[in-house]
Amino acid sequence: MTPSLGQTPLLEMHGIVKTFPGVRALGGVDLDVRAGEVHCLLGQNGAGKSTLIKVLAGAHQPDAGRITWRGEEVTLGSPQAAMSLGIATIYQELDLVSGLTVADNIFLGREQSRFGITRPAVANTAASRLLTRLGHPEIRPTAEVGSLSAASQQMVSIARALSQDARLIVMDEPSAVLDNEEVERLFAVVRDLTAHDVAVVYISHRLEEIRQIGDRITVLKDGATVATGLPARETPTREVITLMTGRTIEYVFPERRAPVASDQAPLLEVEGLGLRGSFAGVSFAVRPGEIVGLAGLVGAGRSEILETVFGARRATTGTVRVGGKKLRNGDVGGAVAAGVGLAPEERKSQALLLGDSVYRNISISSLARFARGGFLARGAERAAATEQVRSLDVRPADVDREVRTLSGGNQQKVVLARWLLRECRVLLLDEPTRGVDVGARSEIYALVRDLADRGVAVVVVSSEIPEVLGLADRVLVIADGAVVAEERADALDEHRVLDLVMEGTAHQGAPVSTTMQHEGDVA
Amino acid sequence: MSAAPAGHGREAGRGPGLMSGPVGRNLGLVVALVILCVVGLITAGDRFADVDNVLTILRGASIVGVVSIGMTFVIIGGGIDLSVGAIAALASVWATTLATQQLAEDVHWIVIVLTALVVGAVAGLVNGVVIAYGKLAAFIATLAMLTAARGLAEIIANRRTQIVREDGYLDFFSGDVLGVPTLVIIFALVSVAGWVLLNRTTFGRRTFAVGGNAEAARLAGIRVQLHTVKLYVLSGITCGIAAVMIIGRTTTGSSTHGTLWELEAIAAVVIGGTLLIGGRGTIVGTVLGVIIFFTLGNVFTLNDLSSSAQAVARGVIIVAAVLLQQRLATGSFTFRRPGDGAASSGGAVVQGSPAGAVSGGTSDPGGPGGARPGTPT
Repeated sequence: MTPSLGQTPLLEMHGIVKTFPGVRALGGVDLDVRAGEVHCLLGQNGAGKSTLIKVLAGAHQPDAGRITWRGEEVTLGSPQAAMSLGIATIYQELDLVSGLTVADNIFLGREQSRFGITRPAVANTAASRLLTRLGHPEIRPTAEVGSLSAASQQMVSIARALSQDARLIVMDEPSAVLDNEEVERLFAVVRDLTAHDVAVVYISHRLEEIRQIGDRITVLKDGATVATGLPARETPTREVITLMTGRTIEYVFPERRAPVASDQAPLLEVEGLGLRGSFAGVSFAVRPGEIVGLAGLVGAGRSEILETVFGARRATTGTVRVGGKKLRNGDVGGAVAAGVGLAPEERKSQALLLGDSVYRNISISSLARFARGGFLARGAERAAATEQVRSLDVRPADVDREVRTLSGGNQQKVVLARWLLRECRVLLLDEPTRGVDVGARSEIYALVRDLADRGVAVVVVSSEIPEVLGLADRVLVIADGAVVAEERADALDEHRVLDLVMEGTAHQGAPVSTTMQHEGDVA
Repeated sequence: MSAAPAGHGREAGRGPGLMSGPVGRNLGLVVALVILCVVGLITAGDRFADVDNVLTILRGASIVGVVSIGMTFVIIGGGIDLSVGAIAALASVWATTLATQQLAEDVHWIVIVLTALVVGAVAGLVNGVVIAYGKLAAFIATLAMLTAARGLAEIIANRRTQIVREDGYLDFFSGDVLGVPTLVIIFALVSVAGWVLLNRTTFGRRTFAVGGNAEAARLAGIRVQLHTVKLYVLSGITCGIAAVMIIGRTTTGSSTHGTLWELEAIAAVVIGGTLLIGGRGTIVGTVLGVIIFFTLGNVFTLNDLSSSAQAVARGVIIVAAVLLQQRLATGSFTFRRPGDGAASSGGAVVQGSPAGAVSGGTSDPGGPGGARPGTPT
């Protein structure tokens, strides 16, 4: 109703900082949104998008920074506070009650009632009016939400936002669950909203969508704004991808040794590996002392490849050999016994026992070594863990400390220490510097190179192309679940890799892949 | 601290060795128990402090106590076992059939013991396989075992109570050593063994890992499914031991033995500070939980209060304990929560609590955990 006051943005966020124990999720984010625009928020997994929208929704309180709403400074102390200002958030995981009707969901918490008696007829009429306005009169207000398609459920969420008179609607990857036609209809709704001066913050991995619907772009990387207010239609794709995947700071990568003798027998051999619906026909070999990088965009199948090699996923085709011996498909225990270790992407949920001490986290894969007849020799166990903590320079060097309280970089070192203690011969690293403070990354790189020099075969996956190029000896470029190129790292540069990736995905028409992964920056 | 409980001279036998965990981990429970004892002394005086009365409390606590030890492992490992009472009933019946007793007469009464243990272990194995490999929720699988095992016990016993005639067996299990009843000694031994298993072996370490973060455990190379099976077998074995004990105490095997043990055991474990979501817990806490539970009953009985009032008080204790746990759980997960105080206070909580998410809780609540149960009296 109130038009935007001249140039005053509807929403301004300035210098937003949010720290979680051990990790700085947002380190000074700026965002301004004007009434009636579609503002696109871009960034890789872990860049801080989720945390930012949670701050905006009032679900997280920032540690520092200023938020102004229509020119006035506000505190978004709770989801209710944000909602009452007119900020509505539509999460990826729709927060609807599937057992209730459409109208019930739209007015949940603000039921149409008189003297405590609900008035379903009134609610149904109102719901029906909202859905018609959204161009979806076919959704019946009395239908059970659980019986609706994902697209219709999304409309119900949007109708709920409208019923609360939202002036700003945040949509977190709304197209992820929709097919092309449904996306078109969603866009029609978004255009109608903006025509009524409602602002939309739109998050998506699909660049072509952003060109279609977006007005301006803000790019987040490592919890900071790297670009803001870019025109959505005119900014070249390459520039956007570079902003997302490139380096904000130059890192020192450890020096490579002379190339590993090619006559040396490979330690890890992957042949024709495939996982239905994810990747196919992946073959490569890694010799001792070699670091092989897998480069590609989110959703290209990189993590899945590592997890399948490790046996955490059951391959549909192909074989994995370690030291010439075939691994049993889908058997992590067997892979570990054969000397393979994985430092997974989601360190907190996939690798660490957060509430346990550092030494227990380090020794968990090597317990048998410290046990006699099942009894643990705790002195030896702690001593061995302490030695690892010392040699990897985990800080603070206290093995009894809970791993939860360490920073991301030190947590990653704990995971590496686990596999070092296990004396593993093949190390699979998935996003080794994700959530690692910028300053600690060089240390991780040096550590990985050092491991390779000691004869470990290393496979590294990273979303950051310069990281792969700087760390690896040899690079496999992955696009759409297939290896599209294999080159020596020093023969490639970032542009070349991007070209290869884009060629590889060209037939899909999706420069940035569509596969969703959860934001890993928080939990 | 570890001397505190011994002061009351009752768990002196098992106290010191078990209390050597992180200092003060179970202080809150000890305080609660002390308050309970003070209430008992004030209201029932000499009758409460009498040695025979103390032994009565412990004898009562022993059988459910043994089951609770197994339950502690299952719950720390991220599961739940609702079938413990039913498995104990089945084991008690199987171990006292005419055929088994005949064999026992021919060989040795140890046959009865072994039968009960094997039956318990096999029932636990079935639970574990269905849960770990059949991927059934533990709640459902063990609920099914609860009905099935008791039904099977009824079929075998033909709904009759089977009387044990093996004197050697009865003499052994109703006897005492230096005045301490055999049942209590068994409970003490099982507790110590459980403590060692949980805190000093690879098995125990893996149990914490599997319950704390199953995915991380799997990716660390632990065979999570196999370990889960072992946990339920362990629980089944403790049920077998409990069956041996109840046969000794009642001189019968019956399909009605062990009714509601699952609830008492879970309650004891929860009161003892073990998190129902898994990953954290202590044997000492469970032992204290059981003793608190049964001391409360004793105090009520001595004061001629109805078992109904006692049931209400037990309910209050359980709720207080769980409320406490939740507060701790949210405390240790502050990073998920809004509130800017979280960052700073989170640090503090994190320091002290998680190793004893249990502990911080139990010490703090000397208030809720301890005071409230006292108030009804």
